[in-house]
Amino acid sequence: MGTVLALSNLLEGRQVWRGSAAAPVEGGQPTGWPMLDAVLPARGWPEAALTEILLPADGIGELRLLLPTLARLSQGHRPVMLIAPPYAPCAMGWRQQGVHLQRVEMVDADEQHVLWAAEQALRSGSCAAVLAWPQQADDRSLRRLQVAADTGRALAFVFRDRRHLANASPAALRLELAALPQPLIWVRKCRGGNAPVQAIPFDLRTANPVVSQHGYRHEPLQAGEG
Amino acid sequence: MLWACLSLPHLALDGVLRRRIDDAPLVLVDGPANARCVAAANPSAQAAGLYVGQRLSAAQALLAQLEVIPYDAAEEDRWQRFLAGVAYRYSSQVALLPQAIVLEISRSRSLLGDWPKMERNLRRDLTELGFRHRIAAAPTPHAAQVLAGVNDGVAVLSREVMQRALDAVPLHQSRLPEHAVEALPRMGIRRLGQLLHMPRDGLQRRFGAGLLQHIDRLLGDMPAGLELHVPPDAVDWRIELSHEVENIASLVFPLKRMTGDLAAYLSGRDGGVQRFALRLEHRERTATEVAVGMLAPERDANVLFEAARGRLERVQLPAPVLSLRLLADDLPGFVPAGRDLFDERPANALPLEQLCERLRARLGDHAVYRWAATTDPRPERSQRIARQDEDFIEPRVRPTWLLDKPVPLRGVLRILAGPERLETGWWDDEAVRRDYYMVETEQGQRAWAYCAPGEQTGWMLHGWFA
Repeated sequence: MGTVLALSNLLEGRQVWRGSAAAPVEGGQPTGWPMLDAVLPARGWPEAALTEILLPADGIGELRLLLPTLARLSQGHRPVMLIAPPYAPCAMGWRQQGVHLQRVEMVDADEQHVLWAAEQALRSGSCAAVLAWPQQADDRSLRRLQVAADTGRALAFVFRDRRHLANASPAALRLELAALPQPLIWVRKCRGGNAPVQAIPFDLRTANPVVSQHGYRHEPLQAGEG
Repeated sequence: MLWACLSLPHLALDGVLRRRIDDAPLVLVDGPANARCVAAANPSAQAAGLYVGQRLSAAQALLAQLEVIPYDAAEEDRWQRFLAGVAYRYSSQVALLPQAIVLEISRSRSLLGDWPKMERNLRRDLTELGFRHRIAAAPTPHAAQVLAGVNDGVAVLSREVMQRALDAVPLHQSRLPEHAVEALPRMGIRRLGQLLHMPRDGLQRRFGAGLLQHIDRLLGDMPAGLELHVPPDAVDWRIELSHEVENIASLVFPLKRMTGDLAAYLSGRDGGVQRFALRLEHRERTATEVAVGMLAPERDANVLFEAARGRLERVQLPAPVLSLRLLADDLPGFVPAGRDLFDERPANALPLEQLCERLRARLGDHAVYRWAATTDPRPERSQRIARQDEDFIEPRVRPTWLLDKPVPLRGVLRILAGPERLETGWWDDEAVRRDYYMVETEQGQRAWAYCAPGEQTGWMLHGWFA
């Protein structure tokens, strides 16, 4: 037997990793969705890290999830960059959600350059957030994005198909969106805490301020902050 | 008045050497075909015993592996003008002397700092560009040139000190007319000081008015009579490659030199460049042209290099390249990007402009853009690629993804909201008459789709409420 070590010494020397030790840092990046913020360890998006959003199909609210964040970021100095989105963003629709489109840079990239462009944009440090739609991304390339996001102090969002859920991912946060039977957000992985067991209801109507003011809905909703 | 002289004793050789990476023996030769002499030799050739003035046949006997390049006076002149353009950054009065550039610096002092600082900057620029040099400063341009030849780094600020410094200059370094330099030592005059104290009428009788004029210019008793150099408004530079280049990677080093030179030249005239062309010249006067365009005028060496390299790397060479030419005929003013004092970006951040240029260089000139809304109610025309937004908010709900072209939407659909009748566009030939609905697909997607007015069949998908 070797010498007996005091447990406190080991802990002070930071040689022992304690599962729940890392106190979540209050981030300055709220998602704009109070129920989601409540379950995330950083009370918002993980700062300067990669978030992976897994979708069963396009058009189930993946942008609405981010638009409050983009609206907030587009007021700042650093622009937002969209790399190889599957469709063009509807300028009027985004503006109705409060996004200042002149602060959103679009980048057309072919399949083999999406990840390269995303990495450059993240690493440069001149973008507040980078949204990328890679068709094929492996563990290694996602790890590169994670490192680049950390270097450039930017938010990175990668949109992928739900079938990638089975594969491990270096992303700090993994969200899975479900549309049926009702819109839900599943937190599949979150760094710095345990993923909640239950899904979060994702009420698309609450984040549509302009609709509630002028839309052709029958029941008028509470006006948002615009 | 205070003049700085940049003496460039090895101008022609440095102009050739700066394109080389290796240090193989190399000489420049000059003279008639049957009596070629070494005009300049690089250090490794000198180490092998070659010297200036040696016959080429003797030089080749000493060194078998010797690269011989004919001395080209036009090329030397081109380099001198290029460096004058670089020096233009420090003064508006720049003139050319044989193998030297002089510039008036007393008026730039309040802007660019005192002489020691300016000298450091000049030396740094010339060293970075790969030109050996000697620098001196004096109240007259010719005195500065003489002193630069005698004592590198000397600066005399007043006429009296200049007179004393000139007194000690040996006659053979005085740059006086050649016949005087030959004849005067025979009269016992070996230093400039002795000459300056000679009676003028006697000198005029012996050597003519030319010598006296020269002395007066040297001392500043007579205007220097220099023609000021004005840098041209266009750039056309050419690099002859030492061998035929077949892959793009070998062009990167000469390209880096060229874009570095361009950056130095542009900062000399406080300008930038937005578009330039690289011409890769092949045999038989054919050439591949690579156009480089940037979003705004730039002059940073790295930005220019990256922009050019990205575009060059996408070129397929049809034939080996013999020479590389850089052409820029529009050199607009350069406005540095504004920065916030309280910048929230990380300290080592790459400016957004540079990032965009890097992406464009690799992905194509139209790969980075912004959408802007228009006031046209037709969804197809409701937005365009532009850097200016219309100040208008559509009151009716719009999706977040928009398809370029509507596509048929099949399957069972549930209508969530609508219709919104769109009947417009009568003023041109593309009138639309549609009912737009927000519908939900079987997968739970929310689509923005339309059909013919009042029909609710034949759905066309136009966007997603993503």
